[in-house]
Amino acid sequence: MTVNTSRRGFLKSAAAAAAVLYIGARPNGALAAGAAPAQLNPFVRIDTSGTVTAIIKHFETGQGPATGLSTLIAEELGAALEQVQYEFAPSDPQLFNNLAFGPFQGTGGSTAMANSFMQYRQAGAAAREMLIAAAAQSWDTDPSALVIENGIIKGAGRTAPMGEFVAAAAQMEAPAEPRLKEPGEFRLIGNTAVRRKDSLIKTNGSAKFAMDVHLPNQMVVVIARSPRMGGSAAGIDDSSAKSVKGFIRAAILPNKAGVAVYAENTWAAFQAREALSVDWDFSAAETRSSDQIREELLAAVNSAPQYNVNGADQAATAALIDSADTVLDRTFYFPLLAHAPMEPLTCTIEATEDGGVLLHDGCQMPTVPHMAVAEILQLPQEKIRVNTMLAGGSFGRRATPTSDYQAEAAMAFALTDRSRPVKLVWSREDDITGGYYRPAVAHRVRVGLDAEGSITGWDHRIAAQSILKGTFFESVLVHDGVDATSVEGVADSDYRIPGMFVGLTDTAKATTVLWWRSVGHTHTGYVMETMIDEAARIAGRDPVNYRLAMLEGGSKHQDRLATVLKLAAEKAGWGKATEGRSQGIAVHKSFGSYVAEVVEISGTAEEGVRIEKITCAVDCGIPVNPDVIKAQMEGGIGYGIGHAMRDQITLTGGEVDQFNFPDYEPLRIGDIGAIEVHIVPSAEAPTGVGEPGTPPSAPALANAIAVSGPRITELPMSENGVSFA
Amino acid sequence: MAISLKLNGQTHQVEAEPGTPLLWVIRDELKLTGTKFGCGVASCGACTVHLNGEPVRSCQTYIEDLEGAEITTIEKISESRIGQAVQAAWVELDVVQCGYCQSGQIMSAVGLLSENPKPSAEEIDDYMNGNACRCATYQRIRAAILRASEIMEA
Repeated sequence: MTVNTSRRGFLKSAAAAAAVLYIGARPNGALAAGAAPAQLNPFVRIDTSGTVTAIIKHFETGQGPATGLSTLIAEELGAALEQVQYEFAPSDPQLFNNLAFGPFQGTGGSTAMANSFMQYRQAGAAAREMLIAAAAQSWDTDPSALVIENGIIKGAGRTAPMGEFVAAAAQMEAPAEPRLKEPGEFRLIGNTAVRRKDSLIKTNGSAKFAMDVHLPNQMVVVIARSPRMGGSAAGIDDSSAKSVKGFIRAAILPNKAGVAVYAENTWAAFQAREALSVDWDFSAAETRSSDQIREELLAAVNSAPQYNVNGADQAATAALIDSADTVLDRTFYFPLLAHAPMEPLTCTIEATEDGGVLLHDGCQMPTVPHMAVAEILQLPQEKIRVNTMLAGGSFGRRATPTSDYQAEAAMAFALTDRSRPVKLVWSREDDITGGYYRPAVAHRVRVGLDAEGSITGWDHRIAAQSILKGTFFESVLVHDGVDATSVEGVADSDYRIPGMFVGLTDTAKATTVLWWRSVGHTHTGYVMETMIDEAARIAGRDPVNYRLAMLEGGSKHQDRLATVLKLAAEKAGWGKATEGRSQGIAVHKSFGSYVAEVVEISGTAEEGVRIEKITCAVDCGIPVNPDVIKAQMEGGIGYGIGHAMRDQITLTGGEVDQFNFPDYEPLRIGDIGAIEVHIVPSAEAPTGVGEPGTPPSAPALANAIAVSGPRITELPMSENGVSFA
Repeated sequence: MAISLKLNGQTHQVEAEPGTPLLWVIRDELKLTGTKFGCGVASCGACTVHLNGEPVRSCQTYIEDLEGAEITTIEKISESRIGQAVQAAWVELDVVQCGYCQSGQIMSAVGLLSENPKPSAEEIDDYMNGNACRCATYQRIRAAILRASEIMEA
């Protein structure tokens, strides 16, 4: 490591670091000026009192990056986790990009920890080496004699708080390759006693979400949207709205997709919207009902597929199945689903003194609204700032490629003289009827079984509306016409399946569709795991052993799937359910993580099923914050189970039938008796935890119900022959 | 209409139209944002506050009915012994994920423990049924209420 105190050296290193960052390689450099508090690199700022601030490039919606990335900094720096506070990074796709996404800042695909693990450790380690170098220079000693523990620099017979050396360290060039700890040296990573950093503020009412923004002189805007998808506003009559105290005005948005209703406060905005009369033009609007969409999807999986996904010989697969001893033939249908995050969508835009704007938002992908707001307000990119706030849930909803709600706010702001901040608020009804849904999907699967019940051929066809086509993600994630998110979990299955053919058909646009916690795995995991379970039952073999036999092949994926399968079975007491109870199991890989779940139920489909206990085993590589991982499994399971039990979005004549929680009923506390999570120890790189808990949950429940009840091939279960106690 | 509102031990003079939900007076007029808007139809419990010591959904509680009533929100619930125990248990067990529903969960949990200091798991499930959590932190909510009950006994 070199010590460089010249201004020229600083500029040179900062420029070099920025260039490295842009191409997504090691980003550990960019030094700030010597004034305290000093930002030692993009991810760590330390002030002279020794307070460390971790700058979190991912948004926090409960999945834990504020705690997780702070843990990485504290671990390598040598600070106590309590000494580290966190703040969310500004919008800057060069400095704060997601390494899994290229020069793009955003959270998704359960990548927050996976892409940050080395980056934030290196940032913490670089800060440690710079502080130690500064202390060594001051003390005229060898840096190798010094360590930092709990923020105190120690060695060579001396101790001093690290804050004393912040100013000197900030003049140094960052080390090219700071030494990282060996796993055996970890004291925070993997420590089950580490607690969340956001528990207290979320328990005493002080946590600030975007919904909590109150700027002086702000207006609240709600949007009147077309009751039928795709309709446009042709005219308005606000004479009744004018009698609502606090109503300011109403104006058709430039894209005609809605009418902005401006008011002095939220309640007045809602009241004025009720009173507003809008003339809607439905000439280009959706007119279909979800029954028709369902029929179109089912017809598609019963026709020749549009794409051959895995390059297999379909005729050969058909021959294998047709000559099998037994043919298992199932058709599945999955309905549209809303995300319904607990905090309804909202954001606030205010003008800044430099002629730009500041967006306050629980912002999942800052790069997208940054560009959209700049375009709508006709401002240069550098005039847009994003204040990322805590988000009250997302499950995919805040990550729209169109930045739909931020764009609405920008359009509403653009229709004003920009002197007053504009806070856009969605109601729950806006959210449920808002038209961004997990696509409806159909599968048809034909499986041939030999006399022993082993699989001889597998013909798998999927039909869905593509999530990615027509978005800027298309160039990255659509290959040869195949939207990877429509077939993930089937096309990349790790089961040894001979003669497997996978086909896909894109269906015409029905609604605006969007990823929903675990994306394609929400339906592919269900189909794979219920089909294999049924094959095992037909074969008269134990579903765990049957799966294990299909995972013999020696690949790392197969071994890790087998490990979680066995662990979940062992911890659940597989095969030893008490009288009156049934168990179902499922295992699935998604987002680089391996999860198996056993669902134990009592009751019957006819008289009422009760979910008594769910046992989960997860392998997500090095478990950074074990308790956060457990929480994400608990939450992912609940999200999957709740929707499979009783949720769907349906359309009648292009209008959404559901309106709020009473008819899009969330999972409730009594729905699941207990959840137990076991984490597989691992030295592999960390992988995702936000989504992988979801895919096995619904098929494990379905498999438990099928032990003495029907095979459920269409969701939600409550509409398809299952009652719940 | 003008109303004198007793909230968190202080009296506020509030001007609001009849029919205005207490939720929006608390959030938009008094700027106490710990009480959350989740559904507006008393179906999620995120807006739960205490009215004369009992949990109510503030989105369905109207301003004209509140003359003389005592209202407590999440910001002051720690001033009660039960509130302290619940918050301590919530932090100890790291109940929260996104956190948006948790003010309402805590206000309901305090209501439960005020009526029934030693609830069973089943009684917890019954009482807390109206408080939705889309992150599904329910296992920890149940455990934290049991833990708060222990803290209260100690």
